[in-house]
Amino acid sequence: MLITGAELFVKALKAEQIDTLFAYPGGQAIDLFHVLYGENDIDVILPRHEQGLIHAADGYARSTGKVGVCLVTSGPGATNLVTGIATANYDSVPLVCFTGQVPTGLIGNDAFQEVDIVGITRSICKYAVTVRKREDLAVIIKKAFTIARTGKPGVVVVDLPKDIQKEYGSDEYPEKIEIRGYKPNLSVHAGQIKKALETLNSAKKPLFLIGGGVSISHAHSEMQKLAEITGVPVITTIMGKGVIPTIHDLYIGNIGIHGSYAANMAVSNCDVLFSIGTRFNDRITGKIGHFATHAAIIHIDIDPASISRNIEVDIPIVADAKTAISALLEKAQKLDIGEWSEQIEQWKSQYPLFMKTKGLTPEKIIREINHTFDHAMIATDVGQNQLWATQFLELSDKKQLLTSGGLGTMGYGFPAAIGAKIGNPSKDVIVISGDGGMQMNIQEMATAVCYELPIIVCIFNNGYLGNVRQWQEMFFDKHYSSTCMRYRKSCPNICNSPTERCPEYTPDFTKLAESYGAKGIRVTKENEIAAAFETAKNTLKVPTVIEFMIEPEENVMPIVPPGNALDDMILV
Amino acid sequence: MKKRWICLFVENETGVLARISGIFSGKSYNLDSLTVGITEDKTISRMTISLTSDDKTFEQIKKQLGRSVEVIKVVDFADIAVHMKELMFVRVNHCSDREVDEIFKISKTFHASVIDYSPATVLIESIQTENRNNALIFLLEKCYANRIEIVRGGSVAIEALSIPKGTL
Repeated sequence: MLITGAELFVKALKAEQIDTLFAYPGGQAIDLFHVLYGENDIDVILPRHEQGLIHAADGYARSTGKVGVCLVTSGPGATNLVTGIATANYDSVPLVCFTGQVPTGLIGNDAFQEVDIVGITRSICKYAVTVRKREDLAVIIKKAFTIARTGKPGVVVVDLPKDIQKEYGSDEYPEKIEIRGYKPNLSVHAGQIKKALETLNSAKKPLFLIGGGVSISHAHSEMQKLAEITGVPVITTIMGKGVIPTIHDLYIGNIGIHGSYAANMAVSNCDVLFSIGTRFNDRITGKIGHFATHAAIIHIDIDPASISRNIEVDIPIVADAKTAISALLEKAQKLDIGEWSEQIEQWKSQYPLFMKTKGLTPEKIIREINHTFDHAMIATDVGQNQLWATQFLELSDKKQLLTSGGLGTMGYGFPAAIGAKIGNPSKDVIVISGDGGMQMNIQEMATAVCYELPIIVCIFNNGYLGNVRQWQEMFFDKHYSSTCMRYRKSCPNICNSPTERCPEYTPDFTKLAESYGAKGIRVTKENEIAAAFETAKNTLKVPTVIEFMIEPEENVMPIVPPGNALDDMILV
Repeated sequence: MKKRWICLFVENETGVLARISGIFSGKSYNLDSLTVGITEDKTISRMTISLTSDDKTFEQIKKQLGRSVEVIKVVDFADIAVHMKELMFVRVNHCSDREVDEIFKISKTFHASVIDYSPATVLIESIQTENRNNALIFLLEKCYANRIEIVRGGSVAIEALSIPKGTL
C-alpha cells in the first residue's frame, strides 16, 4: 500500500512503541501534525517553547528509560532545540528529534524558516541526517531509534523536508536493520575482567567510583551486590549518585569540586580505583596530576573514547556496565580491608556535610524532602540548588535524581520534571531550582497546569545567580558583576552585598504561579517548611510553587578551589 | 609530535566530509591533508588523512573517528606497508630561456614531468610521496622565489602487497 511520508512517520512511532510525543507545530511540520490529529495511541504534548519541549522529552527519557521523541518545525523551531540536544547528548539520554524542513527543492535557497539544522547539531549529537528521498524514510527512522537507544545512548536528529512528508511511497517499516559503521560493544573481555578482579583482590585500600553509566545501563542492583560481596566502599559522581542507596553503609559520598571530604580523601588515598561509567570530567578530578596518584586504575566504559583520555588507565574494559558488573559478580569475593574502612569512617565523621547557617537553609529543605517523599523523582536546575541537592538528597531505587550533569544547563529542571511526571504519573515529582534558572523556562508553568501535573516546584530564592556570586565572593574580590537578580536601573554601578535598601525582587513567584492557575506558597521561616510540603502533597491537579526565601549569600561548602587537588579543600 | 596517516572507509553520503572535518576542528586536532574519493562500492568513500599529533592524541583521534556512525572502518597506516602518492602541480612564472631548460632538468631529476609551457611559464606535474614533493618545492622555492604557484592534492594511499612494513 502507498502511504504518505507523514503517515509512515506515525506508523514508525507506533512500531517503536512511542506513546508520548513532545511536539510544537509550524509550517514545515503541519503535515505531520495533520496525521497526528485525533490519534489515540500517541499523546501529543504541547509545551510552550521548544527548549522546554526538549528538556521535557529528556526528563521523560531519563525517568522512564524509554526514548524521548521531539517533533518541531524548521528554522527557529529546530534551533530552539539546540541547547536541549547538547544537554541530553552530554548525559547520554536517548532522544530522537524530528525537525520539519523546507521542501528539498528549496534547501539552500535561504527559504523562509530554513536552517541547516543537521550542520548546526552535527557536533552535539550522536547522529544527524536529512531525509532526501521518500524511499529512505523508513530505514532512516529505524536507524535513528536504533542509534539513540543502543550503545552509549544519545540524541539523533532527523530532518524531514516537507515534500517528503507529503510524498506517497511504501508503507513498510523494517523490524531490524544493520548499520555497518555502528557496532556497539555487547560483550566483555573475560581476560580483562580476570585481571581487574586480581588487582581488586590484592588491594588494601580499594574504592569503587560509580558514574552515570551504571545508572543508564540499569545496573543498580548488580552494583549494590558487587559492593556488598566485596565490601569495597563506594563513591559516586553526581550522575552516579543513587546507584546504591545513599544511606547504605558502604556509600561514602560524591567526589569532586563540591564532593564530601571523606569521598575526596578516599579517592586521593586509595590504592585501587575501580571506576565504572564515568569519563573523569574535570569537575570530579580537580588538579589532574594529583588525582588518585597512589592508585592502580581500572576503568569500565562503553565508550572506548572515554578510556585513558583524561586519566591514564591501567586496566581498561570496554563494555556496558551491566554486562561487565554481572561478569565481575561471578568471581567476586570478600576483601579484607578493615583498616581502610575504619579510616573512611573516621573521615566521614570528621567532616560530615552540613550547613552552619541558622534558620531556613537549603539543607533543612532538602532533608524535609527526604523525609516527606517515599517514591519520588527529583529534578534539579543548575547552580547552587543542584549542588546542595546532590550533597543532601537521599536517593535509592525509589528516589531518582534528574540533573544536567555534563552541560550544566540552567532552565533544565522544571521542564525535565514535566516530562518525568508525564512518564511517571504515580510518583511524586519535585523540582529543586534557583530563582535564576526557574526564569529560564518559567513559561512551562502553563504546560504543567494544562496537563494537570501536580509537580512540586521548590525555588531557592537568594536573589542572586548564586554559584557565580559564590565564586565572585571567594575568588574575584567580591565583585558581584551581573549576578544580582534584584538589580535595577536605580542601583549603584558597584555593589558587593545585599542591604535593606535593595529593590524588591521581581517577579513575585507566588503571584506568578497563581496567574498560571498553579498554587503559590512563600516560605520564609524554617518552621514553615513541613506545612508547605504537606499542602503541596495534597494538591492533586495543579503544580505547587514553593518559594523559599533563603540567605542571599549562602555558599556551597566544601569546595576545592580551582587548580587545587581534591584533598586540598576549603571545608567551611 | 609525529606525522601520521590513517585511512577511513566512510558512508558515501551528504555531510560525511563535514562530520569528519568537524571532529578535527571541534576537538582541536591538527589535520594536514585529507583526500576523499568513491570506491569500487558506490556506497562507500575512502579517505586518506595525514595529520601531526602526539601518541595520546592520535589514539583519541582514532577512537573519535571510529565512534562516528558514518565511519565504517579506521585503518592506522603506522603498522602496515602502504603505497602512497600525492599529485602536485607547480607553475613557475617569468622564466628566462635558461631557466626553462633548467626546470626541465630538475623535473627529470625529481621524476616529475613538465606537462605544459608557454614561452615564460612552465607547468610541472609531480606524482610522488609527500616528502619527495616537499623536496621539489624546497628546491624550486630557492631557485624561483616568488614566482611559483603550488597546487597539492594531499596523499592517497593503499596497502602494499609485497612488503610487510614501511612506505613504498
